[in-house]
Amino acid sequence: MAENLLEIRKLTAGFATEHGLVKATDEISISIGKGQTVCLVGESGSGKSVTSLAIMRLIEYAGGMILDGGIHFHGEDLTAKKQEEMRSIRGDRIAMIFQDPMSSLNPVFTVGEQIAESLRLHQEKSPGEAMKQAIELLRLVGIPAPEIRAKQYPHELSGGMCQRVVIAIALACRPELLIADEPTTALDVTVQAQILDLLRNLQEELGMSILLITHDMGVAAEMADRIAVMYAGAIVEEGSAIDIFDQPSHPYTVGLLQSIPGFEGERGGELYTIRGTIPPLGQLPSGCRFHPRCPHAMDICRSQEPPDFLISGQHRAACWLFEDKPVWSGTNERGGKR
Amino acid sequence: MMKEPAAIADQRLVSPDEILVEAKNITKYFPITKGLFNRTVGQVKAVDGVNLAIRKGETFGLVGESGCGKSTFGRVLLRLQSATDGQVLYGGRNIHAISQQELRKLREEMQIIFQDPFGSLNPRFLVKDIIGEPLRIHRNMSGKEIDARVVELMELVGLDASRRNRYPHEFSGGQRQRIGIARAIALNPQFIVADEAVSALDVSVQSQVINLLMKLQRELGLTFLFIAHGLNVVRHISDRVGVMYLGKLVEVAETEALFAAPLHPYSAALLSAIPKPSVRRKQERIVLQGDVPSPANPPAGCRFHTRCPFVQDKCRREEPPLEQKAPGRWAACHYPLG
Repeated sequence: MAENLLEIRKLTAGFATEHGLVKATDEISISIGKGQTVCLVGESGSGKSVTSLAIMRLIEYAGGMILDGGIHFHGEDLTAKKQEEMRSIRGDRIAMIFQDPMSSLNPVFTVGEQIAESLRLHQEKSPGEAMKQAIELLRLVGIPAPEIRAKQYPHELSGGMCQRVVIAIALACRPELLIADEPTTALDVTVQAQILDLLRNLQEELGMSILLITHDMGVAAEMADRIAVMYAGAIVEEGSAIDIFDQPSHPYTVGLLQSIPGFEGERGGELYTIRGTIPPLGQLPSGCRFHPRCPHAMDICRSQEPPDFLISGQHRAACWLFEDKPVWSGTNERGGKR
Repeated sequence: MMKEPAAIADQRLVSPDEILVEAKNITKYFPITKGLFNRTVGQVKAVDGVNLAIRKGETFGLVGESGCGKSTFGRVLLRLQSATDGQVLYGGRNIHAISQQELRKLREEMQIIFQDPFGSLNPRFLVKDIIGEPLRIHRNMSGKEIDARVVELMELVGLDASRRNRYPHEFSGGQRQRIGIARAIALNPQFIVADEAVSALDVSVQSQVINLLMKLQRELGLTFLFIAHGLNVVRHISDRVGVMYLGKLVEVAETEALFAAPLHPYSAALLSAIPKPSVRRKQERIVLQGDVPSPANPPAGCRFHTRCPFVQDKCRREEPPLEQKAPGRWAACHYPLG
C-alpha cells in the first residue's frame, strides 16, 4: 500500500465555550493521495472550515484546539509538532487559499511584495530575486502585464485578479498540498469558471494535491477525484466522485443532491426538501446525528451512532441502512485519479 | 441614447391589460463625485435603457453577474430609488410621477424580499412587530386583529406562531427569510421583487424556501420579479427569463427556450460557466476572458464585445438593439447564436 500524502485519522477538534466543549469535527478520517483532489462538501456549520484550520494547526489561533486523532503528512504527525515547526511547513509545503480574496490580501503592500514575502521567508531569496520570481508567478496564474500588476495594490485589482494573486502566493513555494477553502464562492460564475480552470491546469503542471472545501455540489463534481460529505461535524459519506453522484447512499447526500434544482428535465414542480435544519453543534441528537431529519430513520438510529459501512470498493457511508455491509477499516488505499 | 420602442410592444405578445408592470427605457445613473465640493466627474451607468413588461401572475427571472444592474433595476421598479430617465407603469400609471400619498397607497401592492436574512430584519424588534409593522402603518387594525393576522401569516409561511414573541436572532437563516416573506405578503400585495431571496441559504434550506415562494404564488396569485444569480433556481421558478449585462438587457425569452438554446453569446457563456452537479455530462465550456468592464465607462458598440468569443468589427462600432429574433425571443446581438 502506497503512502498517502495526507492521512487524517479520527480527528476531533473543537472549541471550549461557556456551555462546555463543542466538537466541531467528530472523529473524521480523510486521506489524500499525491496529485489527487479531494472535495469536502457540506452546508454551513458542518465543520468543513474547522477541518482545514486543524490541518494547518491554525485552529489554535482561532480559539479552538485539536482534542484527539492524528494528521499525518508524509507520515509525520502534524498534531505533535510545535507551532515553530509548523511555521516552516505552512506556506511552504502546505498552503492555503481563503474564501474572500479581498480581505486575505494586505491592503498596504503591493501584490508583488506579498508574493515575494513567502519566497524570502521560506527560501531565503534576496529581495530582488524574490520579486523577479513573484512576477513569474503572476504570469503563471494568468495575470496579463505582470510587471505592472506586481507594483499595484490589491484595491487596484478586481476580485478575480485578487484571487489569482492569492493563488500565486499559495503556489510560491510549490506546496505539495493546497487547501482551498471556498476559493470561488465570492466570485461571479464566469470568473469562477476561470479560477477552477486555473487550479486544474496548475495542479497538472505542478503535481500538487488539493483539498477543496465547498458547499457547491457542482464545483465538487467538476474538480473532485474523491468527495467527502460532511454533516454536523462528521463525514457521513465518502467515495469517488462517481460513487457520490451515481450511487449516493447516505440519506443526507441523497437529499442534498435531490434538493438542487436541475438544469434539464422537469421544472416548476415541488422541490425535494430535507425537513428541519442542521442542529447547532453542542446540541447534537443522540444516535445518528441526521436521524431527526432522515426519511428512513429507524429505532436503532435514535439510540446508536452508526459506524462507517463499506458500500463498495472505497465508498463508505455512516448509516444503519447498510448494516449488512462490512465495517470500514479506517483507511483508504491510495486512490488514483479519476 | 438608443431607444427601443418596438421591443416593449411586442414583448407583451398579450393584450395590455395582462401586463402588471412595465418598464419603459429605465435608466439609472449614479454620479461619481470628487473633491471638496463633490464635483460630478462621471457617472456609473447602473441601468441603461431597459424595456420590460411583466405579465400578471408570472415569475420573471432576472439574471446577471454582480454589478450588472439587476438589483438597481428591481429597486427602481418599486421606486425605492428614483430613475434618471424612463417610466415605470404599474396598472397603467407611471409610479415615478405620482404624489407621495398615492405612492404610499401603492406600496401596499408592491413589496420586496431582500437577500440577507440577517441584515434585513431589525434586531431590536420582536418577530410579531416585524411582520405586523406594515399592518400597523397601512391598516386601521386593532392590536388583537394584527396579532391574529400575524399568527395567520406565520402559519402560512411555515413558522411556529408561538415563537412570535421572540427576536430575529433566535431564528435560523431559513426561518428569518420566512419572516421576511411573511412581512412582504402581509398586505396582500400583487407584485413582489425577490432580490436574491434564496442566494444566502444552504441548499437544503433553499429548496424549502423556493417551494414556499411557489406555493404562495399559486395561492395568492402573486407576480414575481425574481432576481438571482443561481441559474438553476431561476430555471426552476421562472416563466420567462431576462439576462442583464452591464446595465442592459441582452436577452429575454421563455425559460425553456433560453436554457435549451441561448441566442446571446453572453447567455450561452453564463449557462456553460455553471458547474453542474453531475460527473457524467462534460459539456463544452465557453470560458470568458477578463472581467466585466466598469459600468462607469462601458465599452463602445456592443457592451459585451470586449469578452465575446464571436466578436466582429460591427460589434465594436454599433450597439445592437434588443430585437425580436423569433416569436417571444429577444436578443441584443448582431450575430445571434443558433
